[in-house]
Amino acid sequence: MDYVRLINCMRCGMCLPSCPTYKETCLETASPRGRVALVRKIQEGQLLESERLLHYLSLCLDCQACASACPCGVNPGELVADFTCERKERDGLGFMEEVILRHLLPHPDRLEASVAPLRLYQKIGLQRVVRKLGIMKVFPEPIERMESLLPALPRRPLRQEIMEVTAAEGSEKGRIGFFLGCVMSLVFTDASRATVRLLSSLGYTVITPKSQVCCGAPNMLGGDKKGLEEAARTNIDVFNQLDVDFIVTDCGGCGAELKKYKKNAELEGSEKFSSKVRDISEILSLHSEELSKKFRPLPMKVTYHDPCHIAHCQGIRAEPRKLLRIVPGLEFSELEAADSCCGSGGNYNITRPEMAEMILDRKLETIRKSGADVVVTGNPGCLLQLKEGLSRQMPEVRLMHLTELLVQSLDA
Amino acid sequence: MQESFVRELRNIAGERNVLTDPESLAVYGYDSTPELEGAPGAVILPSGAEEVARIMRLCSGSGINVTVRGSGTNLSGGTISSADGVVIQTSRMNRIIEIDEENLTATVEPGVITSTLHREVEALGLFYPPDPGSMNISTMGGNIAENSGGLRGLKYGVTSDYVMGLETVLADGGLLKTGGKAVKDVAGYRINPLLVSSEGTLGFFTGITVKLIPKPKAKITMLAHFPLLQDAAYAVSSIIAAKVIPATLEFLDKVTIRCVEDFAHVGLPLDVDAVLLVEVDGHPAAIAEEAISVEEICRKHNCTFFQRAKDADEGLKLAAARRTALSALARVKPTTILEDATVPRSCIAAMLKIIRESADRHNVTIGTFGHAGDGNLHPTCLTDERDKDEIARAHAAFEEIFDAAIAMGGTITGEHGIGVAKKKYLPKLSGENGIRIMRGIKKVFDPAGILNPGKIF
Repeated sequence: MDYVRLINCMRCGMCLPSCPTYKETCLETASPRGRVALVRKIQEGQLLESERLLHYLSLCLDCQACASACPCGVNPGELVADFTCERKERDGLGFMEEVILRHLLPHPDRLEASVAPLRLYQKIGLQRVVRKLGIMKVFPEPIERMESLLPALPRRPLRQEIMEVTAAEGSEKGRIGFFLGCVMSLVFTDASRATVRLLSSLGYTVITPKSQVCCGAPNMLGGDKKGLEEAARTNIDVFNQLDVDFIVTDCGGCGAELKKYKKNAELEGSEKFSSKVRDISEILSLHSEELSKKFRPLPMKVTYHDPCHIAHCQGIRAEPRKLLRIVPGLEFSELEAADSCCGSGGNYNITRPEMAEMILDRKLETIRKSGADVVVTGNPGCLLQLKEGLSRQMPEVRLMHLTELLVQSLDA
Repeated sequence: MQESFVRELRNIAGERNVLTDPESLAVYGYDSTPELEGAPGAVILPSGAEEVARIMRLCSGSGINVTVRGSGTNLSGGTISSADGVVIQTSRMNRIIEIDEENLTATVEPGVITSTLHREVEALGLFYPPDPGSMNISTMGGNIAENSGGLRGLKYGVTSDYVMGLETVLADGGLLKTGGKAVKDVAGYRINPLLVSSEGTLGFFTGITVKLIPKPKAKITMLAHFPLLQDAAYAVSSIIAAKVIPATLEFLDKVTIRCVEDFAHVGLPLDVDAVLLVEVDGHPAAIAEEAISVEEICRKHNCTFFQRAKDADEGLKLAAARRTALSALARVKPTTILEDATVPRSCIAAMLKIIRESADRHNVTIGTFGHAGDGNLHPTCLTDERDKDEIARAHAAFEEIFDAAIAMGGTITGEHGIGVAKKKYLPKLSGENGIRIMRGIKKVFDPAGILNPGKIF
């Protein structure tokens, strides 16, 4: 790792109040400043790469709130992720990591097949029985946790059902390549359908190539840089041969990763690819005037949770709010600390459930205070995490992806 | 650190609130001061005054040094412990005990974050003015120990102007109560001002009562560009002489302007020598008049651009340049040495000239911004800790700057404290008698010298 990145941290501490794990623990080892110091001490040979040290680093959600707060441009979250990558490159991946990151995620067919038993598990009513009897208690905690996060799965993944080309309504104003996120396609198909519908209603032809693969964010999270590069290679080739103006995603995590492809200069075509990538809210807010004429009243009180990968990683904060505010009859209530992580953090809520739950509880409290009856967000990880929390504590509050709500206003 | 001693620490604060693993010790071994760090022998996080007293008794009985630490944002190395010492971390003592609307006071524990107190009192229409740059993470205990200043110092004063009562655990574990909620109190020596800015060398504050004031009703933000530094400095003096006391009167020099513009693109012209940010607050009618005076004075002193914000949003935009000053400078080079030489405000122009000359003479980059209204400047050297030669030149330049500040009747530190970083300059400023008296005071409070040894003198 480039040493300058480490010594750029001037230890001012401005990142501390932004960090979810510092807020919970008030411990320097659980703060961005502390993590940078730990990595630096390893490089300087003053600390060993001990289990305990790695455990401290693994508490980072990589939510990158610290990057937004840092006055001198250090990105502690990314630094920890890069450190993990370098370490895994040296030591190799674990067995399960290898299976998931190399043999499952890069192959949409296999990934979809792996979800099928879960769908069956829900469909025949087993899930209800299992939950009622508390059977999950006998499984290791991560599995119990995963089970509790699982929402009702759609009949089929969207990738299998969506048409390769969705025609623009009226005359074509532009062409869009649609990037399907794995979780969006497997779980939140309604939201992605809404995304396509909104785009086509604005005169965009939407092209959804079936040969696209996972964006590679899970690889990065697991320290598998090679896996990320392979995913990027495929996606760049698939989308760069399309004649499109933008590459759009409705998954905050994918959007952040796809925009970062260009950082890897060795990937040919990555600059062209990344420069076209947009979060759905960016495209829709370009057409806010037109949309405001199409939207019908939705009398509801709505708040918005900023996904880390949209607010901190992509710097998008105004657009989703602008879109919500143009829906007639909708009362917008700002969430306190709206851009503070919900505890989802990729697979963090599975690997560090205790911390994830504390962070989630803090988020739920702010939702309660907002008095909203609908929470809107733009990332599947947040949707899973918030859904689990809301159903436990505030079942009366509805949770929607931004496009799901907007499409309702279109149809109202 | 002896196992039996650590066991006793654990008996006091509980197993998980005593840290001795090398990783924790390493990250509690620094604060925001460049080039300085160490690692304590143990870190303890007490939950309240009772535990603090027990820790102090234990440490003084065993002759173990104690360093109190808040969020570690100080800029003088004041919270860096030696390897044989214990760091007492205040973060678990973070309750606001009371906001007394009848007496206009707030009583807090030392670990309360400054901006948390701001938010809580402002929700009640009250105001706690001290606003150090690190207020979003700095602790009240740290602010008291360092006598923190901030942008509002010119009109509202600094932390010591707001401390009314303190409960302090002494080195031997005894409790000292000084002051309270009474506005007038002339019983004996004034101990509070002595404890404020004692940098952890006299005691541990477990209870802090500060004065609150009514929140100003309105604020007007203004920005002025000056092609000549001298004109900006004269404008500052003239504003004060015209009996206008702005809440904020901040200044950016040419180097800082260039860095801010490179980084944030806020629309600053690159051909001006200085930018002033002025904020007046108070009753809407009064500040409307004050804003007119400020504009007239700036124009009289040849400002080429003057803008008065129409509303709070525009005010934030105008203040953006000042708010991003440190970030912009800090990005230029890996190491940022932020100083706080302070002079009587009539000497600002002369001081700025000396800073520039010293920077040129020693071939280092120094950008200066700061609180022009109260003479508290932040000459900030942009350097690289790996370049030992340049670091040495930076220190040589600062030595000249501090000498000049002393010669002008100013001080070597306006708000960061002495700590370790400025120890060698203090005798020049305080003289033999000054140091002798400080040492005597230290001896009375802490005869065994266990409280933050090696700091101040």
